[in-house]
Amino acid sequence: MALVDTATHDDAPKSFFTRYVWSQDHKVIAVQYAGTAIAVGLVGLLLSNLMRLQIGFPGVFEFINAERYYQFVTMHGMIMVIYLLTALFLGGFGNYLIPLMIGARDMVFPYMNMLSFWVYLLSVLVLMTSFFVPGGATGAGWTLYPPQAILPGTPGHEWGIILMLVSLLIFIVATTMGGLNYVTTVLQARCEGMTLLRMPLSVWGIFVATVLALLAFPALFVSGVMMLLDKTLGTSFFMPALLSMGQASDYKGGSPLLFQHLFWFFGHPEVYIVALPAFGIVSDLISVHARKAIFGYRTMVWAIVIIGGLSFVVWAHHMFVSGMNPWFGFFFATSTLIIAVPTAIKVYNWVLTLWRGDIHLSVPMLFTLAFILTFLSGGLTGLFLGNVSVDIPLSGTYFVVAHFHMVMGVAPLLVVFGAITHWFPCITGRMLDERLGRFHFWVTFIGTYLIYFPMHYLGVLGMPRRYHEYANYDFIPASAHSLNAFITVVALFVGAAQLVFVYNLVRSALHGRPAGSNPWRAASLEWATPQVPPQHGNWGATLPVAYRWAYAYSVPGARQDFIAQNAPLQDGGVEPQAPSKPAPGREAAR
Amino acid sequence: MSTSALRPWDRGAASDRAAETGLWLFMAVVATLFMLFLSAYAMRMDTADWTSIVMPGQLWLSTALLLAGGAAMQRAAVAARTLHHARARRLLLVGGAAAVAFLAAQLWAWQNLLDQRVGLSGNPAASFFYLLTALHGLHVIGGLLAWGAVVQAAMSPATEPRRLALQITLCARYWHLLFVVWLVLFAALGWLTPEVVRFICGRG
Amino acid sequence: MAIAIALLLIVLGSVAFHVVTPWWSTPLASNWGAMDDTMTVTVIVTGIFFVVINLFVVYTLWRFRHRRDARAAYEPENKRLERWLIGVTTVGIVALLAPGLVVYARFVDPPQEAMQLEVLGQQWQWRFRLPGADGAMGGSDVRFVSGDNPFGLDPSDPKAQDDVLIGANEVHLPLGQPVKVLLRSHDALHDFFVPNFRARMNIVPGQVSWFWFTPTRTGRFEAMCAQLCGVGHPAMRGFVVVDDAAAYQAWLQQQPTFAMTLAKVPAGAPGSAQDLLARGRDLAQSKGCVACHTVDGRSGVGPTWKGLYGKTETFADGSTALVDEAYLRGFIRDPKARNVKGFPPVMPQIELAGDELDALVAYIIAQSDRRPQR
Repeated sequence: MALVDTATHDDAPKSFFTRYVWSQDHKVIAVQYAGTAIAVGLVGLLLSNLMRLQIGFPGVFEFINAERYYQFVTMHGMIMVIYLLTALFLGGFGNYLIPLMIGARDMVFPYMNMLSFWVYLLSVLVLMTSFFVPGGATGAGWTLYPPQAILPGTPGHEWGIILMLVSLLIFIVATTMGGLNYVTTVLQARCEGMTLLRMPLSVWGIFVATVLALLAFPALFVSGVMMLLDKTLGTSFFMPALLSMGQASDYKGGSPLLFQHLFWFFGHPEVYIVALPAFGIVSDLISVHARKAIFGYRTMVWAIVIIGGLSFVVWAHHMFVSGMNPWFGFFFATSTLIIAVPTAIKVYNWVLTLWRGDIHLSVPMLFTLAFILTFLSGGLTGLFLGNVSVDIPLSGTYFVVAHFHMVMGVAPLLVVFGAITHWFPCITGRMLDERLGRFHFWVTFIGTYLIYFPMHYLGVLGMPRRYHEYANYDFIPASAHSLNAFITVVALFVGAAQLVFVYNLVRSALHGRPAGSNPWRAASLEWATPQVPPQHGNWGATLPVAYRWAYAYSVPGARQDFIAQNAPLQDGGVEPQAPSKPAPGREAAR
Repeated sequence: MSTSALRPWDRGAASDRAAETGLWLFMAVVATLFMLFLSAYAMRMDTADWTSIVMPGQLWLSTALLLAGGAAMQRAAVAARTLHHARARRLLLVGGAAAVAFLAAQLWAWQNLLDQRVGLSGNPAASFFYLLTALHGLHVIGGLLAWGAVVQAAMSPATEPRRLALQITLCARYWHLLFVVWLVLFAALGWLTPEVVRFICGRG
Repeated sequence: MAIAIALLLIVLGSVAFHVVTPWWSTPLASNWGAMDDTMTVTVIVTGIFFVVINLFVVYTLWRFRHRRDARAAYEPENKRLERWLIGVTTVGIVALLAPGLVVYARFVDPPQEAMQLEVLGQQWQWRFRLPGADGAMGGSDVRFVSGDNPFGLDPSDPKAQDDVLIGANEVHLPLGQPVKVLLRSHDALHDFFVPNFRARMNIVPGQVSWFWFTPTRTGRFEAMCAQLCGVGHPAMRGFVVVDDAAAYQAWLQQQPTFAMTLAKVPAGAPGSAQDLLARGRDLAQSKGCVACHTVDGRSGVGPTWKGLYGKTETFADGSTALVDEAYLRGFIRDPKARNVKGFPPVMPQIELAGDELDALVAYIIAQSDRRPQR
C-alpha cells in the first residue's frame, strides 16, 4: 500500500510576487526566460533590418554610417546567438519541459533556478547599456577578435567592449547555475519507470546541450577575462607589439590566435548548444503530428551524444584561413566532415518517421517540415566550408553568412515557432490562432529561404562579409546590388511578420480557444498532469509512473493511435528494446 | 490510474543525491575552467618575450594552509557522519579559518611581488600569476560563502544531523578540489617552462 | 498539400537558380583551379542529397497525408536500413574530403622556385615589398616604423637595403611565376583577398602568415581586405596587376628600394603644379586617406574634402576653426589634437615627408572652390 507524497499542498507560493515574479517554479521561470529572450530577440531583429537597409540601399539612410553599421552587426550577432537562442532553448524550453517530461515536480535546485533567471536578465541589461555609453556599443563583430576589438579604429573600443565582456561573464554565471539544474534534474529526478532511454528526445537534446554548455562556456569566460585585462590593465595576453592608429603601443608578445582558439573552442559547441535541443524537439513534433514513433530512437540518442562529443574537436574549422599552423587544417577538416555522418543519420530518421506515417499538416508540422528543408540546406553548405581547400576562397564571404543564418538562424527559429505553437496549450490551456499561425509560417519560411538561398551565390562570387558598402567593385555586377536590394525588401517583410507571431502569442494567451488537456493527443508526460496547464508541483498528490517510452503511436491493436507514457502496463506499446515485453497491443486486444 | 509514492525519507535521500551530483558537476566546470586557463598559459609561454618569475616563498605557506584546511574539513565530515557534533563544529570552523588564512598568505605573496615591482602588466608570466591566483582565490571566497551557510546550520539545533553531515561532506569535497587545482597551478606557475611546453607539443 | 507543392517548387527553383545564376566564382586567374573543381564535386554530391531527400519528403507528404481512418504504420526501427544509410553517407563524405585534402596538401607546400612578395597591412591601406636583388627580405619590426620608414624595416640589416618598396596599393606580378605571399600587419588582423586567385590568408600582427599561388592570366585584379579591421575595413582596397615578363621588369625598375627611400632619392622628377596635384592624389590613395575621406561630397568615416578648404569647422567641444592651410597641415601632423563634431576620433597619424605633405595639402585645397574668409 503506497503512501502519498504530500509535498504539493504545503509549500505552494501564495502572493502575486512569489507566484509570478520571485518564483521558484520552473514553469514560471521558463516563461520569464522566454519572454526576455523574445524581447531581446526583437531588438536583434530590428538591428538586422537596419543593417539590411544599408546593404540594400547604401547611403540612403545617412544615420547608418560605418561606425553604426558595425555596432549593429556586432550586437545583432551576439544577441541572437547568446541572449536569444541559447537562453530560449536552455532557459526557456529546458526549464519548462524537463521536469514535466520526466515526471518531476520541479528542478532539483529551485532557488538557484530562480537566481539564474535574474542573473540572465542582469546580463541583458548590462549589454543594452552599452548602446548608451560614450563611444557606443562595440563594433568588433560578434567574434570580438583582438587586437582590433580594444584598439581605436573599432567602435566602442573604450566602453562598449568592456560592457560586452562583462555582460558575457554574467551570462556565463547564469548559464552555469541553470545548467547544473537541468543536468542534475535529468540524472536524479526522473519518476519511477522513467529510464534514460525512455526519455523523450526533447529532453535528450536539451540535456546533452547543457552538458556542452557547462564545458564550453568556460572557454569564453577565459578569453573574456583575459581580453578584459588586456583592455583595462594593459596586459598582453592577446596583444602583440603593434601600432595603434600609427602610434607605437605598450603591448607586446601576445597572441591574437590564442583568443581565436579559445573563442572557437567555445564557439563551435555553442552552435550545437542551439542545434541539439532543436533536433530533439523536432523528433518529438514529428512523432506527435505524424502519429508515428520516431524512427530509430536509440540511434537518435547516440547521434545526439556523438555529435555533442565531436563538437569539441572541430573548432578550428572556423580558423582555416586564420594564419594558424597549416597542418591543423588536415585534422579539423576530417573531424568536421566526420561529424556530418551522425547529423545526416538524424535527417534520414526524421524523414523515415514521416514515411508511412499519418501526417497531419498542423502548424507545428509545417514548421518541422520547413526545418528539415532549411537545416538540410544549411548543413550541406557546411560541407563546403568544412572541407578546408573549398573553404579558402569562401571564408569571410557571404557564403559563410548565408550558411550560418540558414543553419543557426532559420532552422532553429522555425523549430522555436513550431515548438511554441505545439506546447502553447500545455502552458496556457489555450490554442494559438490557427490562421495567424499559418500566415506567419508561410511568410517566414518562404521569406527566409528567399533571403538566404541566393546569398550563397554572392559569397561564391567573392563578396566579402562585414562591409557596409560595396561601391565601385568591377567584379561585383550591378545585378548583385539589385539582389541585395531584393533581399532587403524580403527581410523587411519577414521582420514585420514576426510581430504577427508576437501578437498571436499575447492575444491567444488571453482569448485563445480553450484547448482541453491534450489537443495534439501526445503520449509524453507533460500532457498527463492532473490539470492542464499544470499547477504548482505538477502532478497533484502522486507522481506518475512511466511504463513505456514516449513514442507509442499507432501501435497495432491499440484502441487509440497513441498510448500515454503513464498509461497502465497492460495497454502495451512498450519500446522495442524492452526486456521481456508482450507483443505490442496483444494485452489490450484480449 | 497509476499511483506512485515518495516516502518522506526518500525525498531527503533524493535531495541529498541531487546536491552531491550538482556539486560534482560544478567541480567539473571549475576544473575545466582552470584547465583552459592553463592551456592558454602554456600557449602564451611559447613566445620570444617569455621571462619566468620566481615564485614567492609565501606560496609554500599558503599551500600548507590549504592542505591543513582540507584535512580539517575531511575530519569534520567524518565527525558529523559519526554524530560527534561538537568535534564536527570545531573542525568545520578550523577548515574555514584555514581557507581565510590561505587567502591572506596569497595576498602576502602578491605584496612580495609588488615590492619587487613585478606588476600585472609588462610581464606575461606575472600577468598569468596574478590572474590565476586571483581566480583561484575567488573560488575559495565562493566556497567560504557556502561554508558560512553551513556554519549557520551547524550552530542551529534544528538542523537534521544527516543533512548537516552531507553539507560538511560537500564542503570538504570542494575544499579538496580547490587544493588539487592549487597544486596544479602552483606546479605550472613554478616549474612549467617553454622547453617543457615545446617538448609536449612536439617542437623541441 | 500546399507545403508539398511549396517544397517541390523550392527544390526545382533552387536547382534552376543554380543553373542560371549570374553570380558564380570570378574568372580564375591562378593555378588553383583544383579548388574550383573540388567545389564542383561538392555541389554535385550535396546537390544530389538535397534533391533526393527533399523529393522523397514531397512524395511522402503526398502519399501519407492524413486521411480519415488511415493509420500510421508501426516500425520503430530498421537496423539494416540504418547501417546502409550510414554506409552511403560515409562514402559521400569520403568522396568530398579526399579531393579536398589532396588539394590542401598542395596548398601548404609551396614550390621551391616561388618568388616572395610581402603584403603589409595597416589600418587601412596596403603596401608591398619585394626582396630585391639579393633574394632575401630584410628584418622588420614595429619599433622601426617612422615617417621615413613606414615599412618598419631594420636599417641595420644589410638584406633590407635592396628590398623594393611599393607604397601604393597596386602591385605587379610576373605571369606564370609561383609566388609565396608573406603577410604582415602593423596593427590589426587583416586578410589580403583577390577572388580571382582563390588562395588567401589572414594577416596576424606579431607573426608572418603566408599562402602561395601562380598567376596564370594577365590582367588587373581587385584585392580587398577580408577580415574586419575597424571602420575603414571596406575601404581597404588594392590591385594586383599580372604582367608579362617585359612589362613586369619595366614596372619593377621604377620602384624604389629601401636604401633609396632612406636617401630620399625621388622615384620620379618633381614637376609642375599639375604634377603636384597628381602626386597629392596618389598619396591620398597610397597613404590610405581615401579610406575615410571622399572628394565627391559624400560623408565617410571622415569629413569629405570637397569644399573643406575655406569652411569653418566645428569640433566636438563646440569650438570652431577656419580650415586654412595651417589647419590642414596641423591636423595631418597631429590628428588627435582635435575631434571634428560628428566624426569618430579614429584618424591615424600617417607618416609624410615634407614634400609629400605639400602635395597632399595642395590636393585637398584643390577640392574646394572656397577661399578662406577672414
